[in-house]
Formats: sequence, C-alpha cells, structure tokens
Amino acid sequence: MSVQLMSGNEAIARGAWEAGCTIGVAYPGTPSTETMESFATYEGVYAEWCTNEKVAVEVGVGASAAGARVLSTMKHVGVNVAADPLFTAAYTGVNGGFVILAADDPGMYSSQNEQDSHFYAAASHTPMLDPSDSSEALAFTRSAFELSERFDVPFMIRSTVRVSHTKTPVEAGEKINYEPKPYEKNAAKWVMMPAFAKPRRKVQLQRIRDLEEWAEECPFNRIEKKGSEVGIVCGGAVYQHVVDALPDASVFKVGLSWPLPKQALNDFANSVDALFVVEEGSEYLTKQVASLGVNVSEFPAELPRDGELSPGLIKRAFGIDAPEHMDSPDDVPGRPPALCAGCPHRLVFKELSRIKAIVTGDIGCYTLGALPPLASMDTCIDMGASVSMSHGFELALAGRDHAPIVAVIGDSTFGHSGLSSLITTVYNKGAGTVCILDNRTTAMTGRQGNPFNGVTLQNRESRELDLVGLVSALGIQNVTVVNPHDAKAVRNALKVATKEQADDLSVIVFKAPCVLLHRERKPYFFVNGDCRSCGQCTTLGCPALSKDADTGLAAIDSAMCIGCGQCAQYCGFGAIEQIPASSMNGGAR
Amino acid sequence: MSAAKTVLLCGVGGQGTILAADLLARAALAAGFEVKVSEIHGMAQRGGAVTTVVRYGESVGTMVADLGETDCIVSFETTEALRNIGFLKSGGYLLVADETIKPLPVACGRASMPANARQKLEDAGAVLIPAHDLAVEAGNAKCENVAILGALESQLGFGADLWQEVIAGRVPQKTIEANCKAFDLGLAFANQG
Repeated sequence: MSVQLMSGNEAIARGAWEAGCTIGVAYPGTPSTETMESFATYEGVYAEWCTNEKVAVEVGVGASAAGARVLSTMKHVGVNVAADPLFTAAYTGVNGGFVILAADDPGMYSSQNEQDSHFYAAASHTPMLDPSDSSEALAFTRSAFELSERFDVPFMIRSTVRVSHTKTPVEAGEKINYEPKPYEKNAAKWVMMPAFAKPRRKVQLQRIRDLEEWAEECPFNRIEKKGSEVGIVCGGAVYQHVVDALPDASVFKVGLSWPLPKQALNDFANSVDALFVVEEGSEYLTKQVASLGVNVSEFPAELPRDGELSPGLIKRAFGIDAPEHMDSPDDVPGRPPALCAGCPHRLVFKELSRIKAIVTGDIGCYTLGALPPLASMDTCIDMGASVSMSHGFELALAGRDHAPIVAVIGDSTFGHSGLSSLITTVYNKGAGTVCILDNRTTAMTGRQGNPFNGVTLQNRESRELDLVGLVSALGIQNVTVVNPHDAKAVRNALKVATKEQADDLSVIVFKAPCVLLHRERKPYFFVNGDCRSCGQCTTLGCPALSKDADTGLAAIDSAMCIGCGQCAQYCGFGAIEQIPASSMNGGAR
Repeated sequence: MSAAKTVLLCGVGGQGTILAADLLARAALAAGFEVKVSEIHGMAQRGGAVTTVVRYGESVGTMVADLGETDCIVSFETTEALRNIGFLKSGGYLLVADETIKPLPVACGRASMPANARQKLEDAGAVLIPAHDLAVEAGNAKCENVAILGALESQLGFGADLWQEVIAGRVPQKTIEANCKAFDLGLAFANQG
C-alpha cells in the first residue's frame, strides 16, 4: 500500500484492523467519532454504536473475555462515563487484546471541558500510548493489541484534536492473521467480588512493576539528542510544536505516557543543564516526571495553563517574542455557530424564551439555543444532566414562586443517559416538563444512528425503539408528540405542560428530522413590502434572516432559506411569503 | 519554525474550505513534499468561523499556524480575513475572496460589520479575487474554491499540470472541466494582478 494522507482517527482504525481486531464499540463524540466510522468500513469487522461509553467498554470487556480483539473509542468526557468498568477491567485484564481510544479536546472546540485523560490512565493503572501523528497512531494502535495480551490489561491510546483531525502521510501495512483466543471460564479472573478482587489487586501490582520495567526499554519513548542546555519532555501533538519551537533543544518524546520510565527520564535529565516539561492545559506530565525524582525547571516566562499550545506559545514561555505582525481590527464581530436554517429545534427555544422558562439544557446541537437571540437555556453540564438537573431545580424551588422548569434533551442524549435520570424523577414523583427534541439522528457529531431512529453503524437491520411507548411505560401520564415546526402547537404543548400540568411530570416529544438528514428544499420565503421593521422574525436567530442595519427591514437569503416557514408564523403583518412551487424549476436559485 | 510552508485557509462553515485544503494537500503530496492538514470539525460546522491549516515541506513539525509566521492566508470571506490577519508573516501572501457574509449577531442587529473592511484588507496588501465571478465564468458557481486555489498556485509553483491531475482525481466526474477551467482563470487572475 502506498503512502496516503490519513487523519489520526483513520489511522487508529487502520491499525486496529491490521492487528486483527474484529469488534468495535463506541458512542460518537468529537474528536473521536470518525475512528469508529472508519473502522466500520473494513472487511470482516463488526462495529456498533452503543447507548453510551460505559456500555461500549462493557461490551468490549465481554468480547475480550470471549477471546476477540476489541476497539472502543470515545471523547475525553466519554471516559468519565466509562470510568466504572475501566477501573475494574484493569483488575480483570483481558483475553483478546482490548484497546480504548480517549480523544481529548484541549481548547474545547466541541466540548464542555478540557480534561486530560492521562489522569485516568494513571488512576486506573491502564497503560497509555500517545501518538504524535497518523503514522504513529497506526503503529501504536497496531502494537497495543499485542501488548494488551502480553501484559493482560487494556491499553489506552490518547489522542487530541490535533492528532485525531490532522491528516499526515501514512504507509499502511497488511492485516495479520489473528486467531481468536479460546474462552475458558475463570471466576478468579473475571468475577470481581472481594474474595477474587483482592488477589487480582496483587496481580495488578505485579503488572505495574512489569510495565514500569518495560517502560525503560519501550520503543515508543525516544530521545532526540541535540544541545545539552535545554531538555524537553513532551508527547502527542505537543511534540510536533516543540521540535519547531526549540530546534536546538534535546527532546525526550514520551510515547508511553503511563507508566513513565524512571531511570530513562533521570538519565535524560542528567544529560541536560535544565529540563522542562511541555504539556497542554494540564499538569499530568509535569507532576509525574517530578514524582520520579527529576528536577523540573520553571519556564523563563509563562506557558498558558489552558487551551491548545502552538510553537509560538512555547517560544513565548522561553522568552522568544512573536515576530512582527498585523493585529486583527478590534471591530471584527464574532461568528458563533448557529442552529441551521430550518432546524426543528428553533421554535422550541423561541417559545421557551417567550414563557421565560428555566431551561436545563444538554449536550448536542441544541446547546446552541443558549446563544442570543434565542438565549433560552439556563444550564448545560453533561450528557443527560438536563433531566436530572430539572428535578434538582424542582426540589429546591418547591413551595416558592418560580418560572416553569423545563428540561431539553436530544433523542440520542436521552438514550445515552437521560433515561436513567427520568426514571429517578418518576420514582420520586417529581414534577416539571421534559422536552425530548427527537430530530431522528445524532446530529452534532455528524448524523450517526441511535436506538430511537433504528439506524446502525454498518446498516445492519435494527429495531427502532418506540420513544413514546418507552416513556409511557415508565408511568408518565402526560406524554405528547408535537410537530416542532408548528409554532402554535409548540406554544400550546408548552402551555399545557407548564401550566395545566404544572404539578405533574410531562414529557413532550418534539419530532421532526434534522434538516441535514435529507437536505430537502421547499420553495423559499421572501419578505414583501408589508414589512414594518418590527424585528420579530430576526429574534428566531435563523441564519437565512437578517435585518437592515439602517431601515430595520427584514430580508431572507433565498440561497440559505430551505422553506421551513417557521419565520412566517411570527410575522404579524403577513410580510413573509413563500414563492410558488412552480417558480422553483429551472434553477430558480 | 521549520522551513515548511504554512497556508491557513479560513472562511465560514459550509464554504468549502475543507475540500480546498484537501486539494492543496494532495497537490503538495504529488509535488513530493511531506504534508500535514489540520481541520477542526464539530461546532464549527454550524455556520461558524472555520480554519484549516496546510503545512508542507521537506519535513513538517507542527500542524498549527502561529501569529506572524504564516506564509499564505487564503480567506473565503472578507471578515474572516480580518479575523485571521495576525497570523500572516511579514511579506506573506493574503488572498481573499471578494465576498462578505454577515455573521448571525450582525444579521439580527446585535453587532455591526467591521468598518472599512475592504480598505483595511487592501492596506494590508490583500489580493481580492472575484472568485464567484470566475467560477460562474468557468461554468459552475460551486468551483469558487478551485478558482481561489488557482490564484494561490501563483505563490506555490507546483505546476498547472500537477494541479489538473489532482483536481481530476478528486472532484466529481461531471465537474472536472469546470473546475479545471476555474483553476486556470484563478491562476490567470493572480498573474495579471
């Protein structure tokens, strides 16, 4: 196979396939998503989306126990969800090799925090490899399966957005012939009750010693000896920045980020006048290296503690100024992302804003409902939190006058962890309104399948879960399905739920497909001469709508309008009209 | 920074910066260079500001662009060019599609467009390219990004033949002719300028 450009995610998938991995389990999350999507395209593999990362890792542990090589992929916050099985899988170990990708998002391009997954490796005693580019991503992943079996423990691959989403040249190899391991019942290894877990803990401690010894010779760590004044310890994408920023520095490139090699790092430190640890938005590596007895020097100037690094920022930390450059003018307006034209979520947020509800939000495209002009979201913490937090609001505000409390959650997120939250509310006879925005897909991460749309990763036959039936079966009496493009219906449903059923728990399923699913365009709308510049339509935050800075008159961009007609329902003057269907022909756009 | 060249492509989600970056990377690879292409997915796709960085050379370290160290900025939109102008190195090439898209805060009256944007870009030495017109002239308005790459080639010197092959190998069959023509028009525009 010739050299080709591959993203880090594609390379991890390729490495897994080459290693004879046949089972892939994941929940989508940026920047990890394309890894499993790419793995799913290889011949002879089974890949699926699970409801969440905990489930994925548990399916993975099961498949490994049964003798297959397994890949599980997730974003950094997914590791939080998967932490429960992860910590104990580091006791049981594996049968078939088990590799878990944790893709971190320093700089928070598409995440709610920038936690460092290294801490999970150290805390759970799971060895972790840090590729710096796609070529290493393939090689490390391919090796990780064999290492997982050799040391009898899952291996983690830690990537960041700049490894996962950077394409670099890769020379792909051939698939090995992997013979799945036989399954043998072994309760002492797989049943982690105290009587068996205590001896497994001893096994784990011996394994840690073995890994520490192997770390000293690990081929994934590398010393690039240059000058003897400055030595840098770094890994992952940061390594690429360091070699550009400090061409004269000697570098200890960490490929195995847990456990670290004590002797090798001390020897490296002794070979340079001053040793620095450069890492992104974290203190993991600095503290780990210091704990090995290495004297870590302070930077001459400051290295940012948050966000992504770049060669320039590393140079600044060593007192090297940025070259002369122009400054961006102060008056450049921000360009935040927005709900698409025709997005079925828009009117739900518009109506929630009208009734001044306290809205507990969740993770997905619809988190954009928090931004002006809709600005109708009060909280967003993590997957499923909308439902549980609204219950908390209800508890704390009970007996006091308060605005209606409404949870807003997507279909996939509801399946991920909203369901267990809702059961808690039902069980404790809680009140409030839960809006499930069922747009028939997992939209934010690129329109993946989920249990409620019945689409699977490899287009295998599936079973579409009945959302209304499921919620009703919990014993919730007030369950309605509403077309979210119909403003009156949305308004009425929210009114009934938050007023008439205020003391009870209500679920409203707003069901309409994501506009990116079918990209169907109806005749577009335009603003006629009756516009009175009231600005009502532009409070919807539709990217196709704008108002003139001088006259206040509204306008619709016909190239962006998809003809959903949401805005026309908010015009009190009949000034928003649809062109006749007949004029759509012949390239009217 | 190493001797590798840095091209920063920026624009608005949906404008085709990722395809342009992909074509550029393939061309650099075909020209015998090592290449890195760094994209940002996710939230940025919903009409937000997007940037993609392509770096190529004998050997390439970092995949990101830095203030004052970027050889070429290729902006698909004027406001985004101003936003990213700090990355341009002294004497660098600033290529900007002569097109302006209002961000949502401006469209709904909560913010204003930057004052004298075109003038500021011209003062910064920008080459403003009528990419849309060139694409229409080539026969397909969607070839705008390839017209821009044509103009960029004036700074790269990969050779028009190499580009034609890369374009033909990547774009849909029925748009090859229009794309190749758009590339030629873009290159001719830059060479006249």
